[in-house]
Amino acid sequence: MKLVVAIVRPEKVNDVLEALYKAEVRGLTISRVQGHGGETDEVQTYRGTTVKMELHEKVRFEIGVSDSFVAPTVRAIMSAARTGEVGDGKIFVLPVEKVYRIRTGEEDTAAVTPVG
Amino acid sequence: MKNLRWLGMLAVGAGSVGLAQEPELSAADTAWMLVATGLVLLMTPALAFFYGGLVRAKSSLNTMMMSFVALGFVGVAWALVGYSLSLSPGGNNFIGDLRFGFLSGVSLENKGAVVPITIPHLLWMAFQGTFCVITAALISGAVVERMRFPAFMLFMTLWSVAVYAPLAKWVWGGGFLADLGAWDFAGGTVVHINAGISGLVAALVLGARKDFGRQAILPHNVPFVLLGAALLWFGWFGFNAGSAWGASQSASIAFVNTLLAPAATLVAWALLDLTRTGKVTAVGLATAIVVGLVVITPAAGYVSPTSALLMGAIGAFPSYFALLWRARSKLDDSLDVFAGHGVGGMTGAILTGVFGQKVIAGVEVGYFDGLIAGNPQQVLIQAFAVLIAVLYSGLMTFGLLKLVGAVTPLRASAKDEATGMDVSQHGEESYTSGEGAILVLESGEPRGAPATVKG
Repeated sequence: MKLVVAIVRPEKVNDVLEALYKAEVRGLTISRVQGHGGETDEVQTYRGTTVKMELHEKVRFEIGVSDSFVAPTVRAIMSAARTGEVGDGKIFVLPVEKVYRIRTGEEDTAAVTPVG
Repeated sequence: MKNLRWLGMLAVGAGSVGLAQEPELSAADTAWMLVATGLVLLMTPALAFFYGGLVRAKSSLNTMMMSFVALGFVGVAWALVGYSLSLSPGGNNFIGDLRFGFLSGVSLENKGAVVPITIPHLLWMAFQGTFCVITAALISGAVVERMRFPAFMLFMTLWSVAVYAPLAKWVWGGGFLADLGAWDFAGGTVVHINAGISGLVAALVLGARKDFGRQAILPHNVPFVLLGAALLWFGWFGFNAGSAWGASQSASIAFVNTLLAPAATLVAWALLDLTRTGKVTAVGLATAIVVGLVVITPAAGYVSPTSALLMGAIGAFPSYFALLWRARSKLDDSLDVFAGHGVGGMTGAILTGVFGQKVIAGVEVGYFDGLIAGNPQQVLIQAFAVLIAVLYSGLMTFGLLKLVGAVTPLRASAKDEATGMDVSQHGEESYTSGEGAILVLESGEPRGAPATVKG
């Protein structure tokens, strides 16, 4: 089992969700985060105060998958989230020690396999 | 508005003997019109909230700015040339002359206006100016989240002179539609059909937002939408009752009708919502209020309170179904300027010809009889005025957008649109925590440590 963590642009979230759905990846969690990935700072001005925004809005996906699903998941995110500009984000694949499904008590691969 | 009053003025102008009875300056009328002018001006920021709540958070400031900017650019254009071209007594049946250009000759006396008035000429100019401002702002709802801000400023300024001014002249400034006997108490044709059709054309010329039809685009702040609708209704009392140009019985009937028609639209809309989906929606009711106000606008001082209730209820249907159709179509008139103001305006203009009556609640405050009072021809005259407004507004808006587009790009880049119009057009955000913001000093050097550690 792996945990796929992907940081993507907010405007690409729907595309990523659609691509994941097509790749039959079902269980996922997303959260709004802020981050910096080397893209150009954007300048904002409020009356006399000018600031450089170091942090950009991003969305983080967390997807627990069985080993055979790692490649399709990464492929789906990679193709859907890419614009070619700096700031498209990152995908991290992390080893997972243990997974439990709370409702049934199932463990590991059974716990990350979608129901029915 | 008051075609008959204008005809009286024409008689004076033509040198008829002994008709030179200029009305007296009235303190009561002036007091009401001072307030009414402020009320109508409030409608433009109110519209900013109405529209701003309906768009996504990342373009909400930009959407609100499109209304706010009209207060300046259209307001100035109105004072410099717009007022004179719209409502100077000179010129011809199609456009005024420039005698009041830069407000020259517009005095504090109640003299010189195209119609006899009982308030200072300057105040009358200001009152009319607030109409031009909101009309230009209304169009923005059709092009939100994708039109470049500089292009929109240029377009709306030119539009206020080239499209609004002639139409105002035709209907209110003694132009050819007034001659024909078309009636528009407070701006069904000049304001709402005009803005609705211009919005439709602008949405077609600009094209749809990239995300339109691909993903759900939801209102980011529904309470803002309700706040905007509430403030619009409040301001609309000045819009409609102020269009009587005095503290009169005519103003009172317009005021009452402005209360009753949207109330009836709200009821009809709620029942339609309930029947169709089983739930009454907040965005739906906010829209209903605006539609009801639009429908009663051309008729406000010309129909009885009962007719206003009927007009409000009937007026809900065309706009309700136009909205449903539009949302399923490929037309990205994003905030439904056409379905709300265009369709509502046309419904109101035609129904004005149906329900108009001279005697209202025992007093002859109306100016004409409509279909029900035995004058079916009025409906045809109203329909003709609608047709002219649709054609002129549509063609001119198309031409102006092509012209502006030749000078500067109309659309934001795909990247700017995706990032959101607030940051890309204004360098500001509606909702920012300030995290990660580094202060830039005048020297251009950042001060202090960044809020994040760079890897």
